[in-house]
Amino acid sequence: MAVLALLAQVVRIAVPYLLAAAGGVVSERAGVIALTLEGFLLGGAFGAAVGSHATGSPWVGALCGVAGGVALALLHALASVRLKADQVVVGVALNLLAVGATRFFLRYLFDSSSNSPRVPGFGTGGALGNPLVWAGLLALPLVGVLLARTPFGLRVRAAGEKPEAAVSLGVPVPRVQWAAVLLSGALAGLGGAYLSLDQHQFTDGMSAGRGFIALAAVIFGRWAPRRVAVACLLFAAAETAQIRLQGTGAVPSQFVEMIPYVLTIVALVGVVGRATPPAALGKQQAA
Amino acid sequence: MNRKVTEALLPPLVALLLAAVVGDVLILVFGQNPGDVYRLLLEGTWGNAYGFGQVLYKATTLAFTGLAFAAAARAGLFNVGAESQLAAGAFAAAVAGLGLPAGTPGLLAVPACALAASLGGGLVGLLPGWLRARFGASEVIVTIMLNFIVLALLNYAVAVHLHVPETLHTPEIRAGAVPRLGDLVPAFAGSAANLVVVLAGLAAAALAWVLFRTRAGYELRAVGLQPEAAEYGGVPVGRVWARAMALSGALAGMGGLNFVLGYKRYYEEGFGTGSGFLGIAVALVGRNHPAGVLLAALLFATLSQGGLAVNAIVPKQLVEVLQAVVILAVVTTAPEVRRLLRSAVRPAPRPATGAAAPAPAGAR
Repeated sequence: MAVLALLAQVVRIAVPYLLAAAGGVVSERAGVIALTLEGFLLGGAFGAAVGSHATGSPWVGALCGVAGGVALALLHALASVRLKADQVVVGVALNLLAVGATRFFLRYLFDSSSNSPRVPGFGTGGALGNPLVWAGLLALPLVGVLLARTPFGLRVRAAGEKPEAAVSLGVPVPRVQWAAVLLSGALAGLGGAYLSLDQHQFTDGMSAGRGFIALAAVIFGRWAPRRVAVACLLFAAAETAQIRLQGTGAVPSQFVEMIPYVLTIVALVGVVGRATPPAALGKQQAA
Repeated sequence: MNRKVTEALLPPLVALLLAAVVGDVLILVFGQNPGDVYRLLLEGTWGNAYGFGQVLYKATTLAFTGLAFAAAARAGLFNVGAESQLAAGAFAAAVAGLGLPAGTPGLLAVPACALAASLGGGLVGLLPGWLRARFGASEVIVTIMLNFIVLALLNYAVAVHLHVPETLHTPEIRAGAVPRLGDLVPAFAGSAANLVVVLAGLAAAALAWVLFRTRAGYELRAVGLQPEAAEYGGVPVGRVWARAMALSGALAGMGGLNFVLGYKRYYEEGFGTGSGFLGIAVALVGRNHPAGVLLAALLFATLSQGGLAVNAIVPKQLVEVLQAVVILAVVTTAPEVRRLLRSAVRPAPRPATGAAAPAPAGAR
């Protein structure tokens, strides 16, 4: 039983990583840098809290979480794909915007600078009683199928690897990138919804760097859905270990916190099989 | 006004206008009058000595992080790591200030602390520069990951070895304290502004000199504009990348002096949160030019301080939204505005040169 409880804890921690990383894979494989996952998570968490608070239904809350992520993704696609602005700068700006906007509307809607009131979540059916946990477990496998086995997935990969060739074959690259970015916003927004519905409230800055851990998982998993899923679970396991070891003083918690980031740099440097990004990632297509 | 200046100034002005429109909408949503809010914002910042002192204090840190981003951007690199380079610099300055014997004259202690800060930030910057040069690892991702790693390391060092019990900060430095403006001009009393602001001006001048008047700066800009051509011309591109990132990190690290030597006189966990990322905005609005960076730092510092001034009638978070809108507007409208200007001034097509600062390639 102890093993099952441990597994359940790992999965609970992994859900937002899995959902955000699934979004990150889609976006980056289409050639759009996914620095905005952090903002999407925060926007999704806020949207879900508002929706669930307003209607009393966590299902509507989850939908509003998706809407929160998609709203930010719309801005991302508009700036990065349509207006061809630099994706790194847009990413940084959108993350700042997500922090500022959620704080502003937290004050506006709930007159608080720290958290929303308690909102309904998905009940106490254990980890597997929460539909968003299932969504998390299924997201990367589904993205894997989408990328590998569907015409849309082929177009996404073409847009991220060789957009000029894709254009010459009639693939509407900008439209494919729009779709990929919006899908990444929806997935990461759902990850954010999991955060606030699981805690039964939105708290300021509750994404707490999880979007960057998801991005780390995307890179450490070398943009391949299966490996990315393993990376998410690995990072979640490290975090679980840190929580369990807390107070024993065995390993300083700061050193466990670093694991995902250190592994990502190691992967980029290529000590064991270099992580090579999609060839056209972040590049702007002429005209 | 000559066209170079117009081209440099117009995009930020258009961006500000757009931000003002968004701001108006949000203020109206909150049921307030935009005019009242903006008046309060100006009165609380440039309207009195204390407010202006706070603006100067905030602008000092932002000037350093903005210069840091600009230095790397001129070499075609994205330094998203100013957040942790700033903290590493501040920590190193505090350690130096703690290690020096009490009563060390300022003329010795301040340069020693500044050296420590630039080394601390510079090393954190050098690592991603070197990894990019040696292994082709994206400096964007490495600097983001390093932010978390370095901040965790610093938190560990402070929490386990250096903190004053019950706090998250180190003891006060024994030497190297820099006078506050309030000690010199009584009107500034109470504000955090201090003489490190002079260092920010000097750093901007020094960076301008290096970039535009020295061989190393010429090589740095050449690499930023066209790495292949620079390589062909005999410039060691990898070494220039490493050097540019070290310089960038050192500048961000010096920003830590503002807090450690000038304001609190100790290093505190999380003291500069957000200043590193805002530095990107500052450099962008300042078009990666040292003079522009100083002006943009004042602008963003005014917004930050102004948020506190208007907090009584609208949430101060309004300015966080506006700062993000300014970045988005600058990055999306700048090329459009310049294109419009060109076609308006001279209908005939011309080669795409002009005042454009090198847009760092978003490639990783």
